[in-house]
Amino acid sequence: MTIPLLEVQDLQTVFHTEEGAWPAVSDIDIRLEAGEILGLVGESGSGKSVTGFSIFGMIDAPGEVTQGKVLFKGQDLRELSAESMRKLRGDRIAMIFQDPLMTLNPVLRIEEQMLEAIDAHQKLPKAQALQRCVEALAMVGIPAPEKRLRSYPHEFSGGMRQRVAIAIAMLNRPDLIICDEPTTALDVTIQGQILYRMQQICQAQGTALIWITHDLGVIAELADRVAVMYGGRIVETGTVAEVLDAPRHPYTQGLLNSLPAQATPGERLTQINGMAPSLSGRVPGCAFAPRCSRAIPRCVDEQPPVTTIPGRAFRCFVPLEAPAA
Amino acid sequence: MIVYILRRMVQSFLVLLAVSLVVFMAVYAVGDPIELLVSAEASDADRLAMIKRLGLDLPVWLQYWSFLTRAFQGDLGTSFVHGIPAIELIVQRFPATFELVVVAIGLTCLIGIPLGLVAGLFNDKPLGRSLMGGSVLGFSLPNFWQGMMLILMFAVWLQWLPSSGRGDTVNVLGVPLSLFTADGWSHVMLPAINLALGNIALVLRLTATGVMEAKTQEYVKFARAKGISERRILTRHILRNILIPVVTVIGMEFGTLIAYSTITETVFAWPGMGKLLIDSIYKLDRPVVVAYVMLVTFIFVMINLLVDLAYAVLDPRVQLQEAQ
Amino acid sequence: MMQPDKSLMTIDPSKRAQPLQDTPQRRAILKKLRSKPSVKGAVIALVLLLAVVLLAPFLSPQNPYDLGALDLMDGRLKPMSEAASGMTYWLGTDDQGRDMLSAILHGLRISLMVGLSAVVLATIIGSLVGLVAAYFGGWVDTVLMRIVDFILGFPTILVALVLLAILGRGVDKVVIAIVLVQWAHYARIMRGRALQERKKEYIEAAKNLGFPGWRIMTRHLLPNCMGPVMVFATIQIANAIVLEATLSFLGVGVPITEPSLGLLIANGFQYLMSGDYWISMFPGLALLALILSINLIGDRLREALDPRK
Repeated sequence: MTIPLLEVQDLQTVFHTEEGAWPAVSDIDIRLEAGEILGLVGESGSGKSVTGFSIFGMIDAPGEVTQGKVLFKGQDLRELSAESMRKLRGDRIAMIFQDPLMTLNPVLRIEEQMLEAIDAHQKLPKAQALQRCVEALAMVGIPAPEKRLRSYPHEFSGGMRQRVAIAIAMLNRPDLIICDEPTTALDVTIQGQILYRMQQICQAQGTALIWITHDLGVIAELADRVAVMYGGRIVETGTVAEVLDAPRHPYTQGLLNSLPAQATPGERLTQINGMAPSLSGRVPGCAFAPRCSRAIPRCVDEQPPVTTIPGRAFRCFVPLEAPAA
Repeated sequence: MIVYILRRMVQSFLVLLAVSLVVFMAVYAVGDPIELLVSAEASDADRLAMIKRLGLDLPVWLQYWSFLTRAFQGDLGTSFVHGIPAIELIVQRFPATFELVVVAIGLTCLIGIPLGLVAGLFNDKPLGRSLMGGSVLGFSLPNFWQGMMLILMFAVWLQWLPSSGRGDTVNVLGVPLSLFTADGWSHVMLPAINLALGNIALVLRLTATGVMEAKTQEYVKFARAKGISERRILTRHILRNILIPVVTVIGMEFGTLIAYSTITETVFAWPGMGKLLIDSIYKLDRPVVVAYVMLVTFIFVMINLLVDLAYAVLDPRVQLQEAQ
Repeated sequence: MMQPDKSLMTIDPSKRAQPLQDTPQRRAILKKLRSKPSVKGAVIALVLLLAVVLLAPFLSPQNPYDLGALDLMDGRLKPMSEAASGMTYWLGTDDQGRDMLSAILHGLRISLMVGLSAVVLATIIGSLVGLVAAYFGGWVDTVLMRIVDFILGFPTILVALVLLAILGRGVDKVVIAIVLVQWAHYARIMRGRALQERKKEYIEAAKNLGFPGWRIMTRHLLPNCMGPVMVFATIQIANAIVLEATLSFLGVGVPITEPSLGLLIANGFQYLMSGDYWISMFPGLALLALILSINLIGDRLREALDPRK
């Protein structure tokens, strides 16, 4: 059996406040094979971005990763020194952020920001490095890449800037890219184009992706497997087909129902009542219990353990029925 | 870009014109011009001659016109006290002030920016916090008292540096400069430090807040995500972003320093333009005061123009806005 | 299928999840979160100073303006020296035999008076101009703001110097000069704020109700724009005091008959070289204490009123 590319075990990240250390995410288990695309889905406050940053090792005070292992190709990233981690970032593991506006430094040319990404990890002659940059820009669909290299970020539109960010992430052919809602700030048509590109590139280069989003529609299009997060925990995982067709966790069902595509024209859109809890407003048991129509008293008091069946997992005392075999 | 330059130049010219009008009004129309421009010790005959020459018996707008034309020719009156044209007097004293200001700006950059970087990077540690707190002292201290305490400490108690005056000068291209002699440097240090301290505090805080803000920017996080070393993040990413406002401020402060040199020059008996101004006010040598105001205004307007242009060059986003 | 409108469960507060307790980094991280030192020290200092200043005539051992009470023989005595009359010169005497402590107390008074009156006047004038500019807009706004920009383009010290060169010496003239130099700041701040407020609905409503311009400006617009102006004014008090001290030091400020701290410092300048430091140092320290406490309070005020919080 080959070692998975990424294996996260029992990860927990807390945020320190005067009252105490609130866990933002807990009991996170993720398994990712090389070349696989995992969608990490959840609403605001579910902890999906925190998970991404925790894996990447970029949680800053007042946050702290307090527990767990992050095994990348068998090596625990949490054990690495800051310098070793720096070498991995941008080279073997890359990350793309949500806001294309501020991700690039406004006073430096694109060329410089791309070259430094290569230069930080290997010494290439400048001509060769430039060639690689041009190829990367072409790959993400930027027209006239040689000329565009000399541009400044503000000369690009939002969609193009995000493409540049993707190009930068791909420069050193990383094994894994963590994408934190990269298309949320863009309009739908651009989003579609970028998703398509990402899929192509990842298939061509065998790059694994963790795609963090709140949009189930994106997951349906792009991902192989999906992990649904709520209240800081992963509540359901499985292949995209299985989870979307036959969810086991009530929250997943609620998410699916509230997709506008599911609605009947002329009728009100379905919503899940209530709001996601803040860090301090959570209950000791299942975080979704207060909003769940299937909840029983046990749900509030006790944290449901993970129920695992081959290729699937969920946390629920009152899961939805399995599809008929 | 050219349009921008031309527009700014026209604006500057208008400002100069406006100042000349205000000065003219203050001197000729508000006060008694005869009293202001003719020495009290002149004899009656001399007075009449002066009045005729200066056209003080003409209607006001004609006087303004002759004032302007004379100003264009560089004639801004003759000093009562020294007997030579006021402009000449001021220009004589200019190199001394200029030296002082240049050294002060040098000190501001050499001390203010690095300390500001430290304060910004370590703002959650005692070092950073004490630097920020100490900088409050820098612009709370009244400049003249600060100068006196510097003299007390370094010249009277420690006796490391001289307490007043300018050092030996060397003629460079016909201009006597003291920065080329060791004696010159020992004399310029205290007054320059005095002049610079307020600015050092300002630049320190500006740099520190710039760094603190830049640290949290997304592009810094993204640079880290690319695996860029912390050192490069500091020098290329953070520094470039904060240097723009810092440079602008330093440029603007150049003019302010020339103005504030009046205080420092008085305290340290430094023979520059500022001291000349104070002495002239004392001795009621008004033509010199008028000439000083006109000249300093001109310098200010020029500096503002240069700073605006430099800004347009440094920050690529400004160029785009101007083009639109 | 789930019933979407089922009521939500209410959670018993005692059943809320509890935070974890100590982790290794926690203490270090919490230290960073702790707020800055309180403003209490500065307020106490300021209140003390104010009390002292108000009670100066009663507190000072000697009336520094009464030339008859001065004894030249007591000139330039070190701090803690004794007078022939048995009184202790706590902070020494100046060249005229004036008790430094008394002189400082009275000087503080003048400095504070000048500072406060200048700022009050400048605030009134500046706010009015800013309000008018923002309310009427158009060419009124342009002309007024050009004037403001023009004045703000020059360093205050220079303008004040030249003004006083024309006006002459005297406490009232110093106040006038400071006001003329400072009002432009207030005008700009007030205008900026008023422009924002002017767009809001309650102003529209007032206009629709037919209220005259003056009434809208003073009773509706003004109260809502005072915030940033007041904060600025607090800081400017310190600046006004320093400006007056500087002008007096340079010899164009208050006359010798009513010495402010600046003039006292100037008096002592000539004796600095011979080591009689106290004639200049103590007035300076008093000035510094005054300015620092005002600045610190102004700083905290600004932070507290920061709309971003």
